Amino acid sequence: MNGHLTVFELSKPGRIAVDMPTSDVPEESLETLVKAEYLRSKPAQLPEMSQPDLVRHYTALSNRNFGVDSGFYPLGSCTMKYNPKVNEDVSRYSGFADLHPLSSPKEAQGALELLYTMEQYLAEITGMDAVTMQPVAGAHGELTGLKLIRAYHRARGENRTKVIVPDSAHGTNPASATVCGLETVEIKSNPDGSINLEALKLAVGPDTAALMLTNPSTLGLFETHIQEIAQIVHDAGGLLYYDGANMNAIMGVVRPGDMGFDVVHLNLHKTFSTPHGGGGPGSGPVGVKQNLIPFLPTPVITYDGNQYYLDQDRPQSIGRMHSFYGNFGVIVRAYAYIRSMGADGLRQVSEDAVLNANYCLSQLKEHYHAPFERNSKHECIITAQKQKAFGVRALDIAKRLLDYGYHPPTIYFPMIVDEAIMIEPTETESKETLDGFIEVMRKIAHEAETDEAKVQQAPHSTVVGRMDEAQAARKPVVRWKD
Amino acid sequence: MAWSYLPHTREDRELMCKAIGIRSTEELFSDIPVSLRLASPLKLPPSLSEPEVARHLSELASANKSVRELVCFRGGGAYDHYIPSVASHILSRSEFYSAYTQYQPEISQGYLQALWEYQSMISELTGMEVANASMYDGGTALAEAAMMACAAGKKDKILVGGTLHPHYREVLVTYARDQAMSIIDVPPLDGIIDLDRLGWLIDETTAAIIVQSPNFLGNIENLKEIGRIAHAKGAFLIASVDPISLGVLEAPGVLGADIVVGEGQSLGLGLNFGGPYLGFFATTEKFMRKMPGRIVGQTTDNRGNRGFVLTLQAREQHIRRNKATSNICSNEALCALAAAIYMSALGKTGFREVSRQCLQKAHYTYSSLTALTGCEAAFTSGFFKEFSIKLQKSVTKVNEGLLEKGILGGIDLGGYYPELEHHMLICVTEKRTKEEIDQLAREMEALI
Repeated sequence: MNGHLTVFELSKPGRIAVDMPTSDVPEESLETLVKAEYLRSKPAQLPEMSQPDLVRHYTALSNRNFGVDSGFYPLGSCTMKYNPKVNEDVSRYSGFADLHPLSSPKEAQGALELLYTMEQYLAEITGMDAVTMQPVAGAHGELTGLKLIRAYHRARGENRTKVIVPDSAHGTNPASATVCGLETVEIKSNPDGSINLEALKLAVGPDTAALMLTNPSTLGLFETHIQEIAQIVHDAGGLLYYDGANMNAIMGVVRPGDMGFDVVHLNLHKTFSTPHGGGGPGSGPVGVKQNLIPFLPTPVITYDGNQYYLDQDRPQSIGRMHSFYGNFGVIVRAYAYIRSMGADGLRQVSEDAVLNANYCLSQLKEHYHAPFERNSKHECIITAQKQKAFGVRALDIAKRLLDYGYHPPTIYFPMIVDEAIMIEPTETESKETLDGFIEVMRKIAHEAETDEAKVQQAPHSTVVGRMDEAQAARKPVVRWKD
Repeated sequence: MAWSYLPHTREDRELMCKAIGIRSTEELFSDIPVSLRLASPLKLPPSLSEPEVARHLSELASANKSVRELVCFRGGGAYDHYIPSVASHILSRSEFYSAYTQYQPEISQGYLQALWEYQSMISELTGMEVANASMYDGGTALAEAAMMACAAGKKDKILVGGTLHPHYREVLVTYARDQAMSIIDVPPLDGIIDLDRLGWLIDETTAAIIVQSPNFLGNIENLKEIGRIAHAKGAFLIASVDPISLGVLEAPGVLGADIVVGEGQSLGLGLNFGGPYLGFFATTEKFMRKMPGRIVGQTTDNRGNRGFVLTLQAREQHIRRNKATSNICSNEALCALAAAIYMSALGKTGFREVSRQCLQKAHYTYSSLTALTGCEAAFTSGFFKEFSIKLQKSVTKVNEGLLEKGILGGIDLGGYYPELEHHMLICVTEKRTKEEIDQLAREMEALI
C-alpha cells in the first residue's frame, strides 16, 4: 500500500513515547476505590509508539500538508494571511497558557485587562459600542449575534422570526439562523452580488428580525447602497447584522457601525492574523450597538478604573455561549497583532489587501473571464467560462495549481457566479509572489487550450491524486479497525 | 513607515497602481460613499516593534498567577495535567497550524490522516462507533448533542442531571432557548442523580437524558442504570465525560450511551484561561449522518492509493445551508491534533497509568483531608480525580490563606449551589506529588 502508515499500523505493544514517574502516594486496589461495575473492562487500544517514531510519524504527516508558511494560499473569503511568529510566542507565556479559567479575578488581572482592552479596540475598529469575546468561531459569532437580536425583539414584546439573507451569503448565515430557531428568507442578489433593493423592500415586514449581510459582499464588491439598505431594514423594525468575514478590506477606511449595522461579528483568524489551525481554533467576537448591550452573553468583563471583574448579574443576558471566556489563546495573538500594527498599520493592511486583489484581477482578466467591471475590494472573481469551452473547469484549474505549488483559490463560491474562481491574495504577499502566481495562471489558461487532458487529470505531482469522494460518503470508513 | 508583515515597498505600490490604471490606492475605495468614510484615523495605541510587543505581553502575563507558580488543586472542567514535550514541538509545525480546513485533500493528507486517527482514538476511548473531527468545547458539544438527540428522536424534552457542570448547563440553556427544546433538571441525591426522581420525570416525550460522569461534584454516576431508564422510554443517553477518567472507568459506549461528548482539554492542552479547548463528540453508526461538524473518511485516489477526505459533507452548512445539521464551520482542529498526539504519546499503558494515578492521588488527598478536624466528606458516592468536602469556614477565606502559601485551592461550590455553602471541590491530577498533597493537608489544617 502506498502512502504513510497510520499510527495504529506503526504501533507495537510495549512502546511508549513519554515516561511517567511512578506514583509516590500509598495506593489501594482499584476495586476498593471504585465499584467493580464502574471499572473499565477492556483497556482502550491506543497506539504504542516510541518517542522518535512518534515524532517522525507526525513530521511525515506535516510534510504531507500545506500551510501559509508553505506557500501562496489565495483562498477567497478565508483571508489566509501570514501568522506572525511573535504572536505564537506571546500566547505561550506561562501567565497566559497556564492560567486556570476559574482563578479568582484578582489572580487573573492581566488576562482580564487584555480581554477588556481587546473589546475596546474591536469596538473602535468596527464602530460599535460594546463587544463580547466569547464566541470561538465565525458561525458561533453569528449564532450569538442572532440570539442577541432575538432577545432584543423579545424584550420589546415582538416575536420576529425571519432572517433575510442574500443568495450570495456564506452558508453559515442561513444555518446559524436555523440553529437560532429563525426562518431564512433568501433574496435574489443583483448579478454583481449587491442587494436588490426592490427584492429587499418586498421581503421586509413586521416579522423581519434581521438582514444578514457582508460588506464588501462575498463577491468582493462594496455595497454602495448600504445606507438605503439600512434604512429599509430599520424602518421595518428589523436589525442589520454584519458578517465580518470581509473586514480585511476596510479597516481604518469605513466601519460597519457607521454604515448602520447593529450587530457585527469578526473573525480574528481571518482579519487579525491568528492561525486557522487547519480549521480551528478561531475566534468570532461580536460587537453591538448600545441598545443591545443588556443582552450580551455572561460573564461580562467590567472595570472600575482600578480592577477588572466578571459580571454575572445581567438579568437580560442571552446567557453563556462558551464554557469559559472564549478562545483566550487566540485573542492574545490577535491583541499582539493590533498592538504591532496600530491604526496606521491596520489601514495599510486593508489598502494593500485591496491593491493586491485588484492587481491580480488586472493581470488575469485577459486570460480569464472577469464578470465584474468594477474595482474589487480584498478579493476578486474570475471564472473558468472561457476554459469551459475546452472542457476545462474551475476544479481542474484549481487542481492544476497544486502541481505548481500553490494552494488554489476558492472555487464555485459564490454560487451565483458560474465557474467562479475567487482569489484573495491578502496584504502579506509581495508583488513577486503575485507575479509568479499570475504567470502560472496564464500558463494554465494556455494549457487548457493546448493540452486540456493535462489540466483535467491534475494534480500530477502531489502525494496522492484526486480522491474518490463518492466512495468515502457511500461507505464511510471514519475510524481505524483491526 | 515599514511593517514587517507587509512586503510592499513604495515602488511596488506605484508599479502595481500603474498596472491597474489608477494613480493611488485611494481610488480603489472611491465607491464607498464619502459620508461613510472615516475622517480620522482609528483611535488605537501607536504600533509597537516586536521587542516592545513581547515586553508588553510579558507584563500582562505576569499580572496573572498561573499554575506554574501555584500548586493547583482546582479543576471544574479545566485540568492541570502534564503535557508531553512532543506535543508543543509537533504543534509548532506551521504546515499544520497555518493551514486552512482540508478542502484540498491532495495537499492536506497529513492533517486529514491525523484527524482520522484522532477520530479513531476518541471512538476507542469512549467505546463508540464514530466520532467527529471536533467541536468548540465541552459545553457547546453538549448543547449540539442535545439538539441532535431532539432532531433524531423528533422530541423536544431534555432531562438534565443536576450534577452537570453549571457552565455547561448555562450553555445548553442558551442554545435551547431559541429552539423548541425544554430543559428539565433532575435533582441530585448524595451528589449523584436521584434515580427515583429520574424515573418519575421521564416519559415518552423525553428526547434524552444528559448526565455528566464523573459529575461536577466529582462523583461517578451510574451510567448503565440511567441508560436503562432512558431506553425504556425511547429516550437517548447523552454522557458528558472526562476523557482521562476513561483510562480506568468503563467506556460509556459499553454502558449504553448513545452520544458521548466532553471537554478534551485534559488531552494535552494548556489551561489557557479557558480556551482554546476541545469538544469531542462520539456516537453510534446509526447517527453518523446526523452528527454535527466535520468528519474525515478513508477512501482511495485515482492512482489506487489509500487517502483521506472530509466526508458526509451533505450534512454541513456550506452545502445544506439552512437545512444543515448544525451551523458549525470552524472547529478546533489543532486541539484535536494535540489530543491525538497526547493519546498516542502516552499510548495504551501510559494513558491508563495517568488515569490510575489521578484516581489514587485523589483518594490519598481525600483521606488526608477528611482526617482533619473541621473537614468532612460531602458525599458518600465514589469519585475519580475530584471530590467535594465540607468545611466549617468560608471557602473564599480558606482559599485566600492557601494562596498565600502558593496553593490554588478548590472551587467554592457555594458560588454555584447556595445549599453547598462551605463546600469545596478539590481536584488532584497525576502531576501532584505526595509532598504537595501533604503540604495542602498541613495548610488546610492550619486554616480550618
